[in-house]
Amino acid sequence: MMDAERKADSRQAGVSAAAIAALSAILPRRCLLAAAEERRPYECDGLTAFRQLPDLVLLPETEAQLIAVLKLCHQLKLPVVARGAGTGLSGGATPVAAGVVLSLAKFMTILEIDPLARTARVQPGVRNLAISEAAAPYGLYYAPDPSSQIACTIGGNIAENAGGVHCLKYGLTVHNVIGLRVATMAGEVLEIGGAALDAPGYDLLALLIGSEGMLGVVLEATVKLTPKPLLARVLMASFAEVAQAGRAVAAIIGAGIIPAGLEMMDRAATAAVEAFVHAGYDLEAETILLAESDGTPEEVGDEIEAMRKVLEDSGASEVRVSRDEAERLKFWAGRKAAFPAVGRITPDYICMDGTIPRKHIAAMLTRIQEFSREFGLRCANVFHAGDGNLHPLIMFDASQPGELERATAFGTRILELSVEMGGTITGEHGVGIEKVQQMCAQFSATELELFRGIKSAFDPFALLNPGKVVPTPRRCSEYRLTGSAK
Amino acid sequence: MSDCLGEWCERIREAVARGHQLAIVGGASKDFYGRPWSEACSARLSTLAHSGIVDYEPSELSLTARAGTPLAEIEAALASQGQMLAFEPPHFAGGATLGGAIAAGLSGPRRAAAGAARDFVLGAKIIDGRGQPLAFGGRVMKNVAGYDVSRLLAGSLGTLGLITEVSLKVLPLPAASLSLRLAASQGRALELMNDWAGRALPITASAWEDAGEGGALTLRLAGSRAAVRAAQRELGGETLELEQAGAYWRHLRDQRAPFFDAAPTLWRLSLDSTTPPLDLPGTTLIEWGGALRWLRADADHKTMHAAMMAIGKGAHATLFCASLEARAAGVFQPLGSPLLALHRELKRRFDPAGVLNPGRMYAEF
Repeated sequence: MMDAERKADSRQAGVSAAAIAALSAILPRRCLLAAAEERRPYECDGLTAFRQLPDLVLLPETEAQLIAVLKLCHQLKLPVVARGAGTGLSGGATPVAAGVVLSLAKFMTILEIDPLARTARVQPGVRNLAISEAAAPYGLYYAPDPSSQIACTIGGNIAENAGGVHCLKYGLTVHNVIGLRVATMAGEVLEIGGAALDAPGYDLLALLIGSEGMLGVVLEATVKLTPKPLLARVLMASFAEVAQAGRAVAAIIGAGIIPAGLEMMDRAATAAVEAFVHAGYDLEAETILLAESDGTPEEVGDEIEAMRKVLEDSGASEVRVSRDEAERLKFWAGRKAAFPAVGRITPDYICMDGTIPRKHIAAMLTRIQEFSREFGLRCANVFHAGDGNLHPLIMFDASQPGELERATAFGTRILELSVEMGGTITGEHGVGIEKVQQMCAQFSATELELFRGIKSAFDPFALLNPGKVVPTPRRCSEYRLTGSAK
Repeated sequence: MSDCLGEWCERIREAVARGHQLAIVGGASKDFYGRPWSEACSARLSTLAHSGIVDYEPSELSLTARAGTPLAEIEAALASQGQMLAFEPPHFAGGATLGGAIAAGLSGPRRAAAGAARDFVLGAKIIDGRGQPLAFGGRVMKNVAGYDVSRLLAGSLGTLGLITEVSLKVLPLPAASLSLRLAASQGRALELMNDWAGRALPITASAWEDAGEGGALTLRLAGSRAAVRAAQRELGGETLELEQAGAYWRHLRDQRAPFFDAAPTLWRLSLDSTTPPLDLPGTTLIEWGGALRWLRADADHKTMHAAMMAIGKGAHATLFCASLEARAAGVFQPLGSPLLALHRELKRRFDPAGVLNPGRMYAEF
């Protein structure tokens, strides 16, 4: 089906020579990639199963150039896909045929760090980790820490409302970005929020953050910086049964503790990770939990003891506490390397991102094991257990006929089950093109119509990242005929 | 209960058909806030009949309740399980409902430390301006499927939809809490609050008032016993009696503190917390570590809005309490033209006929 779509796309006219000439008048030659080999790196993002070679890649260097490009594309009705580091996992930055990719890679300046106000003002291409590095001398950091934080940019984090392993306590991107300067598709500049809290009018920050690059292009972001905790320690608990680990998660929260991080990995995941980074994980355990506490030394001491007791009472066969910072980082290194570690043991994998109420975690894992047998594909599970956010990594070999389709069907089953359990198809990776279809399972036709309305309020000609997130009514009626939909 | 929703859908459709406008009201505790309803807004739609907690599981850290549920009922249910609404919504004169709290989007003393009402919204059900029931978000902690409409509703003053049900993230009550009072001038208090906020101290509320001899800074510490004790030792000052402290923050939250008694006109200024004391006439009370300044002054709209523009960084002024005439002339900082146009477009997508609380936020929509 994908090939058929691609062929259909290639029949459409590409970006015209006149359009290229007009764009060349705005941008210096070095900012315009037209040769196929230069455009190739932009054909996909972290969702590598979907590829589309863009007709043109633009890398403006100044805000004036960027706005001029948007105005021109708006006038020419040329689709635009904004792109950060391309680490997204849902195809949010997959190019569209007969459109241009607008890379924000050259907007890498940290404009201002205000240590007293605890804010940073940054350009969209600044890497997530670079903000924390710049804030470190003041004892501050930027809290959301997606696993790709070395590479991913704040612009992309805003587009996807990125999370990380510490968001139960410190929030998602939407809780940590307090101001945006945004260009609309028409090239109009909107100033929203800033260092002052609770901007007047509608909460457009909430609407823009997580809008997957469909409503505007971020020119500048003001983010909140958080004081670095004096100490952090992590507990690692082993469980012989998944159900025990699931109960332990509920018991920790039930005891009035909000851990700084609460992560779960199954045996398939720990095995892959251990061979890769030697994090010292218990390979005998069916499931391991990582539970982090941070704060003052006194707070951490109390909380670690309280969590240790809950974990032991929940049936943990072994509980280890990080002895020092090096060991704490080692325990986390395994978790953060889970995706590449799985990438080493399989030619291809897709990562799901459903979120469910925590109480269903054990039941979900059991069902995933059943699906794994049913579809004949391996699956490793890493969960942000504290948030109920699942990342099953479904392993397959795209060179084997039918395996991609089986993997996709497996993933769809997990997402539909997430919705049935009272959850969502995506907790932090976004819908992109990957889960457009499943949006029909989560939302009714009238709800999707409102999403289309919101899109048109910002971008009436649907030129900015078209085809992502919100399915067409026709696509949904096809989905409804074949599957279980709302 | 579903009868009620069906009836409301019908009423909205009828209002569209007849060209009427509806004033949405919960506990009427915030009728004073926002622009007054227009004359054309003859019919009131009360959410009080749609009440009750739908789902509450403490270990899920989420609570779902119908719009007409009194905040007091929700807070009592949470307290019985050792949990709370961390954004500390104001009740004002009493009777505040969940729907009203979210529609107004106001947060109390803990806002600077824990976040605003919108930060805790996980999901919402609404009836839009066509009379269609819609649901967005959910009950889970993370959800990025589609645009975040449920958070957008927070602070929309009922202009986008009739909120019928809300799911919120809730948090455990802190294990320990105590309040301190220190003598400090306004300038000194602002320096201290900003300095402390940059360190890992368990300060969950702060308030500075002009108290005759230079001013008093009151702080609430809350968290683990160890952290609260350590901060108490470090910050010094006088420790308030437990009951006195509880009443102080409650009265501040609900504007029953003496500061709010006097003059009828009250401005609420939101600005960068490090902004030095303002050179504006009137008396000041500061909250949120310096980010919120209440000003009791008979200043006109133009002066206040210009003062905020001069401060910049998104600073904005709200005419929080004032006469009907003054509020009719505008309550919120005016929006620039591209933003205003966008607001009208959004309003049109949710409520094309303009039947839901028109003009309650800005005269233009």
